Amino acid sequence: MKIEVKELSAWYGSHQVLRSVSMGVRENMITAIIGPSGCGKTTLLRCLNRMHELVDGARVEGEVLLDGENIYDPSVDPVEVRRRIGMVFQKPNPFPHMSIFDNVAIGLKLAGVRDKRKLREVVEDCLKKAALWDEVKDKLDQPGGRLSGGQQQRLCIARALATSPEVLLFDEPTSALDPISAMRIENLMLSLKREYTIVIVTHNIQQAARVSDYTAFLYRGVLVEYGETAVMFKTPRHKLTEEYLTGRFG
Amino acid sequence: MRLRKLADRAFTLACFASVLLVLAPLFSIVYTVASRGARALSIDFITSLPAPVGEAGGGVANAIQGTVMLTLLSMGITLPIGVASGIYLAEYGRSRLADLVAVARDTLAGTPSIVAGVFSYMLIVSRWGFSALAGAVALSVLVIPVVSKATEEALKMVPREVKEAGLALGLRRWKVVAYILLKEAKAGILAGALLSMARVAGETAPLLFTSFGNQGYAGGFLDPCSALPLVIYVYATSPYEEWHTQAWGAALLLMLAVLSINLAVRRVVRG
Ligand SMILES: Nc1ncnc2c1ncn2[C@@H]1O[C@H](COP(=O)(O)OP(=O)(O)OP(=O)(O)O)[C@@H](O)[C@H]1O
Ligand SMILES: [Mg+2]
Repeated sequence: MKIEVKELSAWYGSHQVLRSVSMGVRENMITAIIGPSGCGKTTLLRCLNRMHELVDGARVEGEVLLDGENIYDPSVDPVEVRRRIGMVFQKPNPFPHMSIFDNVAIGLKLAGVRDKRKLREVVEDCLKKAALWDEVKDKLDQPGGRLSGGQQQRLCIARALATSPEVLLFDEPTSALDPISAMRIENLMLSLKREYTIVIVTHNIQQAARVSDYTAFLYRGVLVEYGETAVMFKTPRHKLTEEYLTGRFG
Repeated sequence: MRLRKLADRAFTLACFASVLLVLAPLFSIVYTVASRGARALSIDFITSLPAPVGEAGGGVANAIQGTVMLTLLSMGITLPIGVASGIYLAEYGRSRLADLVAVARDTLAGTPSIVAGVFSYMLIVSRWGFSALAGAVALSVLVIPVVSKATEEALKMVPREVKEAGLALGLRRWKVVAYILLKEAKAGILAGALLSMARVAGETAPLLFTSFGNQGYAGGFLDPCSALPLVIYVYATSPYEEWHTQAWGAALLLMLAVLSINLAVRRVVRG
């Protein structure tokens, strides 16, 4: 297990959003989190790299083990955790006034990488992986905020790849994309699997079926069912899961 | 139906009239200063020192030097303090101390400029005498709140998602603030800085008993120095016709300086 979530509960103020969730994320696999809107998918994802606590009044109980070490241990530096676990947000959030190039390179630059050639290589490589290179290679010095929504999201993916984290968290990465770009992102995730461990939140059940190895079904903050995607989609154990997968609510 | 149209017309007309009401005095000031000041303007006026009373000619080179010195010096004091306090209040401002700083700053923002002069007089002049530095301190007291507020507001305008993106990259908070948020907020901060520069260049009252004035060039920051607003004040209230002309000339110079700063602000804000 790359990540082990143990009895994780999360709150915004007094509003409990996750209720004792326990699940494991296997290394070099894609794990999908599905469930109706507002069930806590984003919150669960943000608990995995200690982004949840950045919200005022937000609180977490329970453990998240990364390579066996609890990331919520007081001795752990959250910055270090976030360096190892990259994230792509639900809403595209490039640095709007920063150039496309710097948007991708900033993580490395601020980590002390000075070598211009190396930076160029990484930027090109990551933009290619994110299926954006062809569209921006002639305007790398333009601000990231001037791209279209879908292009911005792919820029954010390239940015997350650039610092080469061990785990990548994707929060509905394709919801702002056209079907072709979405397909390319799905293929990208499949190819990234070799190097990274991936967790993806998605509203799109077909997408979960296509890309993920394991699926977690979350309902009102409770982990209803968790298991191999192929098995779960064919023979869901829980009635709620079956109803959700067959589109009877959600 | 016709009545409604009429009301619409009347309203438009009223708006237009009030625009004229605002613009008329402005244009009349600009016109008067420009036409009267132009007569005084010459290379000599800009490059030479004042002539003794009664003699023709002479210029305001010392005042130009003084205004440049005062502006640079006060910006040197204001920008670090203003920007740093703005960052503190925007990014780390959730403590008692921060509330106190914010209240103090907002109170300071309402300080009459003469009081800023008194403050600097007591702090510096009473010990070390009149100097450009004393003038710059007085001016800084006036505009530190402006820069601080501009910085705070500009940083708060940066979407929360952008900050989270930086943190999610595993960057330390100070790096996110220094290299990402400040960059996003640059236009707002720069606009605040330029506006306070324009204000500093035009202030008279706090200089009267701090930088005091100087008939010649100031030898350094610890010498008394002249300034364009001071020259305008002294010359305009003098009984000499020659000096009145020079006051208009100095006013024109100052107006041009402030105008160009304001144009710069518009450019910066438009980005
Ligand atoms: N910043 C916040 N402050 C307070 N409550 C929040 C905040 N963010 C989310 N919530 C609440 O937490 C619950 C779970 O939200 P979350 O964003 O995790 O849902 P989600 O499953 O990602 O939904 P969606 O599919 O619509 O993105 C919701 O009831 C939401 O109202
Ligand atoms: Mg969500």
